[in-house]
Amino acid sequence: MSFNIPDDRQYMESHEYAARDGDTVRVGISDFAQDELGDVVFVELPDVGDEVTHDEAFGVVESIKAVSDLYAPVSGEVTAVNENLFDAPELVNDDPYGDGWMLEISLSDESELDELLSADEYDAQVA
Amino acid sequence: MALETPPLRDRHAEAGAKFTEFGGWDMPVEFDGIRVEHEAVRSSAGIFDVSHMSEIEVSGPDAERLMQRLTSNDVTALDAGDAQYSTITDAEGDIIDDTVVYRLPETDDGAGDSESSFLFVPNAGHAEQMHDRWTEHRDDWDLDATVYDATYDYGMFAVQGPDAVGHVDDAADVDVDGISRFSATWASVAGVECLVARTGYTGEDGVELVVPWNRAPEVWAAFAEERDVQRCGLGARDTLRLEAGLLLSGQDFDHESNPRNPYEAGIGFTVKLDTEFVGRDALEAAKAEGVDEKLVGFKLVDRGIPRHGYDVTDTDGLVVGEVTSGTMSPTLDDPIGLAYVSTEYTDPGTTLRVVVRGDSKKARVESLPFYER
Repeated sequence: MSFNIPDDRQYMESHEYAARDGDTVRVGISDFAQDELGDVVFVELPDVGDEVTHDEAFGVVESIKAVSDLYAPVSGEVTAVNENLFDAPELVNDDPYGDGWMLEISLSDESELDELLSADEYDAQVA
Repeated sequence: MALETPPLRDRHAEAGAKFTEFGGWDMPVEFDGIRVEHEAVRSSAGIFDVSHMSEIEVSGPDAERLMQRLTSNDVTALDAGDAQYSTITDAEGDIIDDTVVYRLPETDDGAGDSESSFLFVPNAGHAEQMHDRWTEHRDDWDLDATVYDATYDYGMFAVQGPDAVGHVDDAADVDVDGISRFSATWASVAGVECLVARTGYTGEDGVELVVPWNRAPEVWAAFAEERDVQRCGLGARDTLRLEAGLLLSGQDFDHESNPRNPYEAGIGFTVKLDTEFVGRDALEAAKAEGVDEKLVGFKLVDRGIPRHGYDVTDTDGLVVGEVTSGTMSPTLDDPIGLAYVSTEYTDPGTTLRVVVRGDSKKARVESLPFYER
């Protein structure tokens, strides 16, 4: 089975992605992660204005069968939260890189991006 | 530890299954997504490979006496071909495992004394324990019975859902719709001699098939391939049984980590105190005294999903119980669960709270089952 791993963003070993747009980083989980979890039924996210820290848990995603922590790819203030996921968590399955995004974080330390995986590196991990 | 594999492991993998360890077996957890599989069983039909279930055969002149003394229900009430839900309890009345007991139907050729042949189906990983328990008690009581662990002789499939009986009827040489609920018959299904039982674990009408291990692939193919019945994994089996308020051994009771008697577990109907069995006296006392905690169904009113092991509190935050099972109900679209709570909190409508990762969430006691067809 092959998974969609777009090369316009970076990834964590724990399967979150970070898509940078200027000083903002949009965060979600990879196609591989949503497939592994199965039907997503619940997402718990921080509030706008909260601070998240690189490599630390910022929330939880639950499928019917599993509970998984979500890890922040970068540190910074949360500037947007995808509230659509509270009523329609299945968006994470249907469109993980688009409508199933989770957070936007204002980037505070660019060097943290260097620690993330490229699409090729992540592909090698999940292959 | 090496995992046991069902007879169709490779075929399931080819069909795209994901696998999980369950009771020492490497079993398919989902094929096309839990929600899709769950909805197929509620609306049409699905087929489950449940070959991880144990099968113990008990035969001989004292088979009935041995079964009666080791299970809590009344096996003398079973005619040939009848089945009953029962429990195996220890001397304190705590459940070691739950099971379905069949008094095997007559065979066509009249071979054997079918009046005294039983099959019971303990949960995955309990075969050796039950085989040993039966042989030790047989020897202690000097009974004349043969106890045989047939777990590796048989595969087991469940075909469940409103269209399930029709599919099995189509593939069988008997009138499957004529088999009453909790009864079984021998029949040829897809050309393979099987035990066909009108039983299940989903809250739907359906059939369970006990099939010879080496011919299991033919029977599976007759449904999953030729009749295009939705393949289902243990994930959907769990959400279906939970909606139906059915217990999972090792989770809703566990002889080691969470010993419970049938009254606490809400299955007192499996206890027949007018029979003699191991645990009877303790259960008679428990019934007379009443139990301190009982299993209840509940829904979370606040956002969240209850999971095994979460604390249940009263509205003041005092811990009054613990969640044993929980999920997002695909049929009801509500978070549901089972929990043991102090008996004063068991009335439907009672407000409780469930602690989800440190956050207290409002919950409401519901009458079981959550779903009834």
